[in-house]
Amino acid sequence: MTARIVMLHGAVILALFLLQFVASDYAVLTITRIMVLAIYALGYNILFGYAGLLSLGHAMFFATGLYAAALGVTRLGLAVPEAFVFALVCGIIVSVVIGLVALRATGVAFMIVTLMFSQAAFLAVLYFGDITRGDEGIVIKDDQRNFSLFGDAVNLADPVLRYNIALAFLALAIVLCLVVVRSKIGHVLVAIRENENRTAMLGYDVKRYKLIAFVLSGSFAAFSGAAYALLFAYAGSTLASIQYSINPLLWTLLGGAATVLGPVLGTALMFLLVDFASGFTSASLLFVGVVLILLVLFFPKGILGTIRQRWLRWLP
Amino acid sequence: MTVLLETRGLSKNFGGLKAVSDVNFRIERGEVRAVIGPNGAGKTTFVSLISGRIAPSAGTILFEGADVTALPAFRRVQRGIAYTFQITSIYANLSVAENVALAAHQPGGKASLYPLERVGLADRASQIAGTLAYGHQRLLEVAMGLALKPKLLILDEPTQGLSDAEIDNFITLVREVAKNATVLLIEHNMPLVMELAHRITVLDRGMILADGTPEDIRANAAVQAAYLGTG
Repeated sequence: MTARIVMLHGAVILALFLLQFVASDYAVLTITRIMVLAIYALGYNILFGYAGLLSLGHAMFFATGLYAAALGVTRLGLAVPEAFVFALVCGIIVSVVIGLVALRATGVAFMIVTLMFSQAAFLAVLYFGDITRGDEGIVIKDDQRNFSLFGDAVNLADPVLRYNIALAFLALAIVLCLVVVRSKIGHVLVAIRENENRTAMLGYDVKRYKLIAFVLSGSFAAFSGAAYALLFAYAGSTLASIQYSINPLLWTLLGGAATVLGPVLGTALMFLLVDFASGFTSASLLFVGVVLILLVLFFPKGILGTIRQRWLRWLP
Repeated sequence: MTVLLETRGLSKNFGGLKAVSDVNFRIERGEVRAVIGPNGAGKTTFVSLISGRIAPSAGTILFEGADVTALPAFRRVQRGIAYTFQITSIYANLSVAENVALAAHQPGGKASLYPLERVGLADRASQIAGTLAYGHQRLLEVAMGLALKPKLLILDEPTQGLSDAEIDNFITLVREVAKNATVLLIEHNMPLVMELAHRITVLDRGMILADGTPEDIRANAAVQAAYLGTG
C-alpha cells in the first residue's frame, strides 16, 4: 500500500478523532450516528461500487444485526461484546443464504429479488411484534448495555466513549475496505463489474466472487446495525424499512461509488444536508431530492469519483 | 502426436435449427487447425460449445482425455482452453496492462508484459484499453488469450477488421504461439488459412463437410461448391 494512501486515510481518521474536542454535544451525537451508518455505506459500496451489483434490500442485513444485537442483550442475556459477535454471525448466515438465491438473478431482476426479500423481512419484523415490538421498537435499558472489558466497566450511555467506539469501528471498516479493494478480490470484482462475460472466460469463478462481495457487504451492514442498536439503545421497524435500503445507495452515489472514502463522505454530507434543510422547511427530503438530481446530472461519479477522475488518479 | 481435444456426437439445437449436428472432431497437440465454412455454418456455435459458453444438446467433449462436457466455462479456462471473442470483449475502462494482468490472474500486481510485447502493444501498456484503435483492441484480445498460457487457444475470426500489414504480423504471431500451444482458428480470410493451418475442417450447416490438409481442401469439389465457389 502506498504511503499517500495510508496517510490520506489516517488523516481522515485522525481528523474525526480531533473533532470530538471542538464539537458541541449535539454535533458529537450526530457524528457518532454518521460514523455508525458510514460503516453500512462502506459495505454497501463493496457490492454496488466495486462489484457493480445494485441491491435494493440491504435494510434486511442492517436489521439482522440491529435485532440480533437488541434481542441478544434484552432476551438472550448476552453481554455487549457477545451481542456484537452474535449479530455478525447472524449477518453472515443471512447474507450467505440470501446471496445464494438472489445472485442467481442479474440486473433488474437482482434488484427486485433483493427488494422482495427485504420487504418480506420488514413485514416479518411487524408480524412478530410480540418479540420485536414492531413500530414502537425495543428500547435497551442502560444496565443491559454496561459491561466490563479487561476489568474496566464500560458504560455505553457515555457520549464521548460512544463516539470513540464508533470511530474505532469506522476506522476498522475503512482499513478492511482498503485491504479488500486493493487485494486480488477487489480487482476481480471490478473486472466483473466492467465485463462479467469476459471475466468468466478468463477462468474466474464469477459466482463465487459475487457471493464474497455480497457476504462482505451484508456483514458490514449487520455490524453497523448491531452498533446502531447497542450505541443508541434502540431497535425499531423503521430501521428495517425500504428507506434504509435506499439510504446507503444515496450516500454511496453522493460521495462517489467505488472510492473507499466516498460512502463516508456521502453519509456525512447527506446528514448535514438534511440538517440544514430542516432548518427552514419541513419538506427536507424534497431538498435532498433536488440535490441528488443535480448530482446525477452534473457529477454522475459522485464527489470523490469526480475528484479521482479529474485530479487524483491514485485515489483507491 | 496425442489428441488434445475430441468431440463425440456433439450437437446443439436452437429450437428447430440444428446449428451443430453430430460433430466428431479431433485436434492434436501442437496443431494449428482452421475451421472454415460459409456464414451460418455453425463455426462460432461449435467453438462456443468447446469453450463452455453454451451447453450442448447432445454429445461429449474430451479435453486431454477427460470428459469436460459438464464443466462450466471458467473451469475449462483453468484447464487450458482459452477463447478469444469474435466481437472484441476487453475491459474498455481499464488500462491495457490491467487487461493482461487480469488474464494472467495477477490483477493489480506486476504481471508480466510479455504477452503485450508479443503482439506489439508493450508501449501502450498504460493506455486505457477502450481508447485503442480497433485493430489494437483485437491484438489486446489475443494478448489476453496468450496471458492465460493456454494449451488450446481458440481464435474466433481474429483478423476481422485488421489491415493487411497487421495481418502479416498476426501470421508471424500465430506461428510463434503454435510452438507451445495448440491453435483452433476460425477464419474467413482464405489465403491466411491456407498459409497457417496444418489441417482444415470445413463446416456446412452444422456438419463436417470435409477435413484434411490445405491441399486436400483446395482440391475437394464439395468444399468448392459449398464455400470457395465453383467458378
